[in-house]
Amino acid sequence: MSQAMGETHVKQTITVNGKRQPWSGQSVRALLVDAGIAPERGGVAVALNGAVVPRGEWDSTAVRPDDKIEIVHIVRGG
Amino acid sequence: MDAKVRTDTLTIAGRSFGSRLMIGTSRYPNQQVMLDAVEASGAEIVTVAVRRVSLESGGEGLFDMLAGKYWLLPNTAGCFTARDAVLTAELAREALQTDWIKLEVIGDDETLFPDVEQLLRAADELVKKGFVVLPYCNDDPITCKKLEDLGCAAVMPLAAPIGSGMGIRNPYNLRIIRHQCSVPVIVDAGVGTASDAAIALELGCDGILLNSAVAGARDPVKMARAMRLAIEAGRLAFEAGRIPRKLYATASTPIEGAIEL
Repeated sequence: MSQAMGETHVKQTITVNGKRQPWSGQSVRALLVDAGIAPERGGVAVALNGAVVPRGEWDSTAVRPDDKIEIVHIVRGG
Repeated sequence: MDAKVRTDTLTIAGRSFGSRLMIGTSRYPNQQVMLDAVEASGAEIVTVAVRRVSLESGGEGLFDMLAGKYWLLPNTAGCFTARDAVLTAELAREALQTDWIKLEVIGDDETLFPDVEQLLRAADELVKKGFVVLPYCNDDPITCKKLEDLGCAAVMPLAAPIGSGMGIRNPYNLRIIRHQCSVPVIVDAGVGTASDAAIALELGCDGILLNSAVAGARDPVKMARAMRLAIEAGRLAFEAGRIPRKLYATASTPIEGAIEL
């Protein structure tokens, strides 16, 4: 019983661009806003657990505990 | 320029470009020099990369600077496996709304030579997913033919290691690749100066992709202009057809009517 209690107190997290942060049931769109990225901005893409989330689904896609999210953008390259 | 001496266009996957130069956006002294050099190069295809957004600073607005003005070609630089390259390509497609991808799957940090096995695997997968795949590859005719057979829209053999500026190390392989492939052959990597670019075009290669040779030059904008001219000159020379090499002289001035003492 005490162990089960303990488990519920473990903070649930997600990993965004390699950094763990608390999970709060946020949408992909909210994650972008939290990260200071205007969701309307061009040249940005998001992957959730290794699969691209199309821009049109950012609002309706909620992240779950232990999800791994990659937020990328276009940078200089050769 | 007179229409009669204009070079023909470069066509990749049904899309035609007036310039045979593709230019990278990395490693310039500053952003303005980069923009000026890209402009001076006359390139229509400009390469970019896909990287994690910095959660602290948001990041640069490169997309807004280049989008609409150039045909942006994202790369998969820094990928060491087919899996990473495929996901990077998919992210690039979403970020830029383009099916085009410069596919790089690197096998080794020091040489940046391609991992052929992973490259072929990634190319196959991306072609099946509907991408226009432009693979950076070795100057190996067999690999190039395999990439073409998988459905790549061009092949992009290296002339020398990336950023080495060593020039065209194996012109004979490039000629064989040109003979054996029907898709465009773009020399990607190794060009050091304008004459290297001209040689590649004279050999029959369809275009050049370069970055360091311009970005690292003392005056990148001037070097960009030099590359533009060299590529145009090289292509014109190829289309014009060079004279055969001969061991002995052939007088260019007629002998007839010369004075005799």
